[in-house]
Amino acid sequence: MDVENVTALHQAPIASLQGRFSSIRTTLLSQILGRIGSGIIVLWAAITLSFISLHVAPGDIVSLLIGEQIRTPAIEAAIRAEWGLDEPLIKQYLSYLWRVLHGDFGRSYVLQTDVATLVLSQIWPTLKLTGAALVVAVVFAVVSAVATAGLRWPRRIAGGMELVLVSTPSFWLGIVLLFVFSFTLKLFPVAGDRNFAALVLPALSLGLSLGAVIGQVLREGLERALEEPFALTVRSWGANALTLRLRHGLRHAALPAVTLTGWLIGNLLSGAVITEQVFGRPGLGKITVDAVLGKDLPVVLAVAILSAFIYVVLSTLVDTLYLLLDPRLRART
Amino acid sequence: MTALINIRNLTIGFPKGHEANVVVRGLDLTIHRGESVALVGESGSGKSVTARSLVGLTGQGASVTADVFDIDGENALNFHERKWRQLRGSKIGFVLQDALVSLDPLRRISQQVSDALGNGGLFSRRDIHDESLTLLNSVGIPNPVQRLPQYPHQLSGGLRQRALIATAIAREPALVIADEPTTALDATVQKQILDLLAERKRAGNTLLLISHDLAIVSRLADRVLVMRNGEVVEEGPTAEILSAPSHPYTRQLLDAIPSATSRGYRLAPDLGSVVSSSPAENPAVIGQVERLKVLLPAKSIDPKRKMLRVEHLSKHYGSGAAASLVVNDVSFDLSAGEALGIVGESGSGKTTVARIVLGLVKPDAGKVSIDGQPWSELSEGQRRAHRAGVQLIAQDALSSFDPRYTVERIVGESLDSVAVFGAERRRRVLEVLDSVRLGPAYLNRHPRDLSGGQRQRVAIARAFAPRPKLLVADEPVSALDVSIQAQVLDLLAELQAASGTSLLFISHDLGVVHHLTDRVVVMKEGRIVETGNVDSVFSAPRHSYTQSLLEAIPSIA
Amino acid sequence: MSVVSTGTPLAGFNGRQIVYSALRRPGLLAAVVFLLIIAAGTSWPQLLTSYNPIAADPLQAQLPPSAAHWFGTDQLGRDVFSRVVHGARYSILIGVSAVVIAAVVGSILGLFAGLARGIVDEAITRFLDVVSAFPDLLLALVLISFTGPGTFNLIFALGVASIPRFARVVRAQTFVIAESGYVEQARTFGLTPAVLVLRHILPHAMAQVPILATIGLGTAIIGAAGLSFLGMGPQPPIPEWGAMLAEGRNYLRVAWWIGVWPGVAITLTVISVSVLGRQWQAAFEGRRQQ
Repeated sequence: MDVENVTALHQAPIASLQGRFSSIRTTLLSQILGRIGSGIIVLWAAITLSFISLHVAPGDIVSLLIGEQIRTPAIEAAIRAEWGLDEPLIKQYLSYLWRVLHGDFGRSYVLQTDVATLVLSQIWPTLKLTGAALVVAVVFAVVSAVATAGLRWPRRIAGGMELVLVSTPSFWLGIVLLFVFSFTLKLFPVAGDRNFAALVLPALSLGLSLGAVIGQVLREGLERALEEPFALTVRSWGANALTLRLRHGLRHAALPAVTLTGWLIGNLLSGAVITEQVFGRPGLGKITVDAVLGKDLPVVLAVAILSAFIYVVLSTLVDTLYLLLDPRLRART
Repeated sequence: MTALINIRNLTIGFPKGHEANVVVRGLDLTIHRGESVALVGESGSGKSVTARSLVGLTGQGASVTADVFDIDGENALNFHERKWRQLRGSKIGFVLQDALVSLDPLRRISQQVSDALGNGGLFSRRDIHDESLTLLNSVGIPNPVQRLPQYPHQLSGGLRQRALIATAIAREPALVIADEPTTALDATVQKQILDLLAERKRAGNTLLLISHDLAIVSRLADRVLVMRNGEVVEEGPTAEILSAPSHPYTRQLLDAIPSATSRGYRLAPDLGSVVSSSPAENPAVIGQVERLKVLLPAKSIDPKRKMLRVEHLSKHYGSGAAASLVVNDVSFDLSAGEALGIVGESGSGKTTVARIVLGLVKPDAGKVSIDGQPWSELSEGQRRAHRAGVQLIAQDALSSFDPRYTVERIVGESLDSVAVFGAERRRRVLEVLDSVRLGPAYLNRHPRDLSGGQRQRVAIARAFAPRPKLLVADEPVSALDVSIQAQVLDLLAELQAASGTSLLFISHDLGVVHHLTDRVVVMKEGRIVETGNVDSVFSAPRHSYTQSLLEAIPSIA
Repeated sequence: MSVVSTGTPLAGFNGRQIVYSALRRPGLLAAVVFLLIIAAGTSWPQLLTSYNPIAADPLQAQLPPSAAHWFGTDQLGRDVFSRVVHGARYSILIGVSAVVIAAVVGSILGLFAGLARGIVDEAITRFLDVVSAFPDLLLALVLISFTGPGTFNLIFALGVASIPRFARVVRAQTFVIAESGYVEQARTFGLTPAVLVLRHILPHAMAQVPILATIGLGTAIIGAAGLSFLGMGPQPPIPEWGAMLAEGRNYLRVAWWIGVWPGVAITLTVISVSVLGRQWQAAFEGRRQQ
């Protein structure tokens, strides 16, 4: 084929090319919008569920909301006014929905404070811990999977290590880490959230077991991908083993691992509650545990709805990432 | 000039438990430049492993030994992985079957072609782009600029396979190995790919073709090696082997091919009514190299009694703009004792017609009647009492069996509807199993312990057990090796004739349909394009689509 | 050896084969042995230890591990080994009961959704979506904030929080099987829907539930210990493993053994249960793939 011909090929179908790309983008966009939509429905249902649970739970709603606080006519009147308890149920529901949508989670009568302010003041350390743990998990998973997939002994050793990590309660791992690195070796602080060093042990104890779970899935996916016929094709082009793993295999393996990660981030959040207790860190964990034990329902429900919100946002992100990773899903409209 | 490939006494084994499982034994293979050589055999013959050994990709743990193993004059026996990598793609290109899974589904065609071009440093981005376009052009992909940014699943089967071939020839290797390059493709697409390979052959390229299909081989290869159980049983120029085979196994393979000339005759020696419980399925060949000429029992067809009547059937799936009419105004009938074939490529709607006839799917319009009685209009409750009269043989026998069940329960369950229980049921089960040459030893076997051919025989026995009026067979032999296919087709023909059951036979394989059925319906995109007596349709097709289908069948020249 | 093959793969087993296959899988063997010890500790703790797990003895407080007290003693002078042994009863029973609740309710929901399809399926699936939007442990915490802490409330909360996992698998499995070749084939025999479901769908849809429950037991034990650690479960002086860890955390500086041994017990139990569950699953999948 001569040069002229090739240049002609360059120019001719550019218009059609652009058209096709934009159509891919619109299907992608509409799929993402669809996921956001179903996320909003889940969130609405979660809020509704917490409203319903307040009303169907045994005991009257005032004593539920008041928690361990002493019941006085003044507080009772305040609660009745705040929740509109004398109004018809549907109106109570709508105003609850309205308030939650505006970030107003009511008042804690145990702590005598506004719930939203309380939660917001404590959310940052928790997010920091969860984020750091996620980084630990992903790094651990990728390294352990890529380095050992398909290799007989390394994968056995890594697999055994992962089994132990998955089976170890994260808070006990925290206790052991504390004993070894803080009390004995005195390398890290025992409690608190003053600096980066204080984040290391909590993030490790929270992230490692998650990393072990993801690592297993990633390795299995990688091994499966390397068994696929296309792996043979790629090798028949003369590609080396590492190229095959990183460029082709990892992307295939990432598909199930990404889904799993999105799903497990919720567990990371609830795990953070316990880890914070172990390391005496400030954060949502402490106020949640205190609220549960003190039956401070406004705080408990606020934390629950907040974590459902985080879950919905993250799983929508994960679904979008999935669409970006797998072109086959984009095609299905 | 030395041969491109020169191998003497090649043996390949895989460790299995403590002993080695030898899959290739004492194979000699020589390929000269410009030559086109084929390795032919059924599954388990060792042909694919042999091909892979030429690029050092036999897999982990395989032991490859040979007296001589020269590739282009170099002794490849002590090649290290690095040396093999340099050789792959540049000296030997490799094409696998079904590009949908043989190309990375998550990468664009452009990325994969440039991966295959390799050596990123040598080309600029622009060069790679131009080079890719030239490559796609050379394998006959129209409008390559548009194809480059696409993913494999966005291409049709034919284009995908062409793209795969493009990656294999990207660095102009001296030898291209094509391992079943057309197996997953429709006949017309298969023809295009074979034409492409034939064109390359004419241009002087060297080809090693791996195939189970003697007809494909006859079109492409100068020389054939027939393999069985890891050994070459016969080798020679293609024309000679196909016209005058000297080994009984080659003869048996040739005889097993169903076609117009095999009509009315058996395709394989009878399995015999007493069957040992050993898994070996291939009957002992008794030194006979002559063509098998054993007549099948004659059928008695009653053209006045219509067992199946299909009138103006339509069915669509999906809704709104995405709705597609998969069956469009289809009418035909089937007489008592007759066999009617429905042929068509994937997406022609033939399977949907079968499901409607079985009463598993409700048609949007039109109706089906069985033996003069209404069928498709009945409610499921009313139909249930008559279901024993219409039985199904599915393509994948294994998935049609409840995995917990033994053969006895599998076959016996079809007798529930005709209320045959206890000793009488057992007698009938033994009777139908015997008619498919499976002895009482099989009663307690589980389907997973059976071979593919045995499973399909159990499925046939089950379908005949309640003495149905109509049998619907949906691609019942398309997953089987040709010699096993021959045995199954023989049994099906024999039982159909003996029982007088009407047979509706769905297949993409025109040869099988021509061999087995009396009349044929040709479907395309949900419509019937042609129907009539199988001999007249296939010898003098009126519709252009039928003609193109017939032209696409590779037949042994 | 003359074992007449009776068809089913299990019927061929005999004592020698079991011993042989156990020796080839030392991990599995160790897991089974450990679980047997745990089972003994759960049923007859007196067999393994003679110390009282509850009675305090201030004179013996915070003794390090020794021949008399294998795991040492805690801040109140109680034998830690004895408390770990007696604690097995609480930790294991909470885990098992929660899994049983989740498996039973989840399977029923999943089957119902998978068979009824349409609006019923939509409703159940949406409900499960909403429940799983709350992380397991947090959902359990919310439930406990209504019911208050305690052993039974903990079981209930943990069980409810694990329902979606079982329901999802059973629903998906029911779907796959209802579409499978053999169910379609069975329809052509004219079987009634009830027979079809009982004979061909139910056994396969439920086949994985026990395996899933075994693997889920490990998660449940960890979850139960975590909630007890937070003070949501059995109250002191009951020797539950998670609660013991919470006490041990406070004495880490002076007596590490209080906070280490219960964790070892949890980890070894969960590892053993996981090994068992995975081997079972591998055997199940291997059987299915053949």
